[in-house]
Amino acid sequence: MTTERGAAGGMSVDPTTLLGGSGGLGRQALVTSIAVLAGLLVGAALIILSGALQPGGTLDFGLPLVAYRALLDGALLCEEGFQEAGILCEEGGILDLRALGNTLNASTPLIMTGLAVAFGFRAGLFNIGAQGQFLLGAFASTLIGANLVGVPFPTAAAIAILAGALGGALWGFIPGALKAWRGAHEVVTTIMLNFVAALGLRYLANGPFRDPGATFSRTPDIQPGAVLPTPIDGSPMHWGIVVAVGVAVAVWFLLFKTTLGFEIRTVGANPFAARYAGIRPRLITILTMTLAGSMAGVGGAAEGLGITKNYPAEYGTSYGFDGIAVALLGRAHPFGVVGAALLFGVLRAGAGSMQRQTDIPIDIITIVQGMILLFVAAEVVIRRLLPAARARRATATAAA
Amino acid sequence: MTDQRTEGAPATGEVVRAPALEMRGITKHFPGVRANDGIDLEVRPGEIHALLGENGAGKSTLMNILYGLLAPDSGEILLDGETVGISGPSDAIARGIGMVHQHFMLVPVFTVAENIVLGNETMANPVFLDAHKADDRIRELARQLGFEIDPSAVVGDLSVGIQQRIEILKALYRGAKVLILDEPTAVLTPQETVEIFEVLKRLAAEGTSIVFISHKLYEVLEIADRITVIRRGKVVGQADPKTATEEDLAEMMVGREVSLVVDKGVATPGEVVLRAENLSVADDRGSVVVDSIAFEVRAGEILGIAGVAGNGQAELVEALTGLRRVASGRVLLGDEDITNHSPRSLTERDVAYIPGDRQRFGLVLPYPVEDNLVLTDYHKPPYSQRGVINERAISRRAAELIPEFDIRTPSGAVPTSTLSGGNQQKLIVAREFSRPLRLLIADQPTRGIDVGSIEFIHKQIVAKRDAGTAVLLVSAELDEVLELSDRIAVIYRGRIVATVDGATAEKERIGLIMATGEATGQRVEGAA
Repeated sequence: MTTERGAAGGMSVDPTTLLGGSGGLGRQALVTSIAVLAGLLVGAALIILSGALQPGGTLDFGLPLVAYRALLDGALLCEEGFQEAGILCEEGGILDLRALGNTLNASTPLIMTGLAVAFGFRAGLFNIGAQGQFLLGAFASTLIGANLVGVPFPTAAAIAILAGALGGALWGFIPGALKAWRGAHEVVTTIMLNFVAALGLRYLANGPFRDPGATFSRTPDIQPGAVLPTPIDGSPMHWGIVVAVGVAVAVWFLLFKTTLGFEIRTVGANPFAARYAGIRPRLITILTMTLAGSMAGVGGAAEGLGITKNYPAEYGTSYGFDGIAVALLGRAHPFGVVGAALLFGVLRAGAGSMQRQTDIPIDIITIVQGMILLFVAAEVVIRRLLPAARARRATATAAA
Repeated sequence: MTDQRTEGAPATGEVVRAPALEMRGITKHFPGVRANDGIDLEVRPGEIHALLGENGAGKSTLMNILYGLLAPDSGEILLDGETVGISGPSDAIARGIGMVHQHFMLVPVFTVAENIVLGNETMANPVFLDAHKADDRIRELARQLGFEIDPSAVVGDLSVGIQQRIEILKALYRGAKVLILDEPTAVLTPQETVEIFEVLKRLAAEGTSIVFISHKLYEVLEIADRITVIRRGKVVGQADPKTATEEDLAEMMVGREVSLVVDKGVATPGEVVLRAENLSVADDRGSVVVDSIAFEVRAGEILGIAGVAGNGQAELVEALTGLRRVASGRVLLGDEDITNHSPRSLTERDVAYIPGDRQRFGLVLPYPVEDNLVLTDYHKPPYSQRGVINERAISRRAAELIPEFDIRTPSGAVPTSTLSGGNQQKLIVAREFSRPLRLLIADQPTRGIDVGSIEFIHKQIVAKRDAGTAVLLVSAELDEVLELSDRIAVIYRGRIVATVDGATAEKERIGLIMATGEATGQRVEGAA
């Protein structure tokens, strides 16, 4: 009986239960939308406060609307009075291709790192290492991309993305193998490997792989064939978003339509029953972490081949850490991850415009992101607000 | 059956005491279910009142209402004759209602005293606990109930039986006058059960009213003063344990006549299917708990392994099913050496396994019923082809098995966690029995489930035996071993100390061997 208790104790730290994935997809989407709304409301209160605290500011209750409008302007919409002559938003268009492109480009790496974390969740693994996996992917893809002299476009880009996937996969395989064979907890090992990746790659980009001709420390620029092109005129959007959405669909298929996905989810939901059913949990752990790493690695490749075009020694990015937030908000479901990444992309891409137009500091948006997550985590609170959910909760209690 | 309040008016000046607890017309709906439908329950002071019903009959709902965890749709609760509204567990405790849950709510790293005073601490001053006063009070309470307890012992180190007493002490410490026990014996050994019954009888003699929830018939007959039987949310009647038989109660509970005796013919054993040779297995700590065991099971016979829990049965079964490594010795399936084969490899050789801990090993509770029905077959056609799952084939399979094995579920798509224990077990039986079977290893196949499901599962096991399957049955319920087995092996401290013929085995004799490991006077063939 003590073993039974032990198992229950283990379950309580199981990340899949943290996700609170109860109810159907529609219900989860509803609860998540309410969390987003609540986050925006708290943000609105802060915007009012922040406006009042500025020199000569007053309590302006209309300010949040103005600020959020400016945010949407910056992320998606044609800004009135800010149209760039002759290219965009002429003839009464609504969506601003340039802004939209930036938003999608910001969402792309978030989708991939979000998938990397969500995929781990499904197998009961807390992959905090998406940051390191992302950096490995960015480094490997740009380094290979820089050396593919004379290789034409789709081939060179594909090889470079594959290199990024392998780099990330390596950084996922290590903690997976340590967990499976040595029992080292993946949270500890992935956090440590994040530091190893960030500092190790900084050294490499500063030393052995530094581009001697560059003014600041970075690796050489990638060859033209490896660059992810921007297919739409007037939009900075590169092919990365297509790759990311494609991977999300593939991950969904893998998780929910294949026997491997069944095995991964079974290990995540009940590792004991998985063994009983003939599944090898250790193998699944290694495989899941490796695949998760490769997803974050592709995210790094998309960023490296589409945006930075090289690996800067001082690479100040937090896409990997933001992936944890995206996975939580997306309920560890591949499509939820895409939605959450798009939302965060909008917030991120529009924050600058908001600051320009209203003097509200960008940091407010970071707070809004944090509040949204807090409300997602506090699902219980939201449930109580939903009458239908209350009835359902009662049924669950009765059945138990 | 009759309302006690109408019974003989007090002729003398003696004051009739109101029932300690009365629930009148309690009704509670959940979407699609009427969990409680006008239930009346009356518990007298100092009475042990058994609430008997199958899993899902509404016992837990009724007690959760009494404990304030659920609000009834209608009906009233009276304590000592006064109508009360119970707003929550703390309110229930304040009104003298105590509850001991089936799964204990103790903090394993705390001491006995800390657990008992938790939430109701005796303070020496506003900052510090008065540990001595609490310790004295706990010792005193325990002594009143006829046992000794060390208040400074850490709960995690104590046996399940002792932990249950701590739960009872916890309720009494808070001044419980009505004590609810939810299936208190489900986790106890037979000896612990006897001991706890002594405690409960003593408690009742001192005036505490006890509501004893159970679906074990013989227990209820042994301990209860009165029995109320509920079925599908309604009270179907009351019974007097002095006159009622197990058959009467089973019929009331299930709503039809239930055969408690397994109807089976003589076994016709064939060739040897499973042979363990000199088999030793270590537990998680590395000590040898299965010690050079040897036995064989033939096709078409049931070998029962009887023994007090914790004598190596769990490790033996895990080793035979590929979940634990064999330390030394061999396991043969027919002529093939299957020592340390993986669970998958055994499944492919038509070995089926009903695990003793169904929720831990046998099921993925959040999964839909239909996914659990293919948990050991998902990788084979038609359920999947080239690694892609065929959901339609899985649903079709579920549509066949659910009626065939009488799994009570609204559909194959609901989470398995919503099924009652008996139906969860029938799900496992359906999955394991619906493929070709050469060897069946059944560990506690009917633990904690209702009589209707027990009857069904026993019939299925006998039917498999008759079809030529070799069956290894491991059970801590001696009655179950005696009823089903063609031969019985008694395990004691990791060794088989006796093997006896099932038809002529005497319960007392086997019980004695289980307890002492001495097999004098019995036909002994398997002792190593």
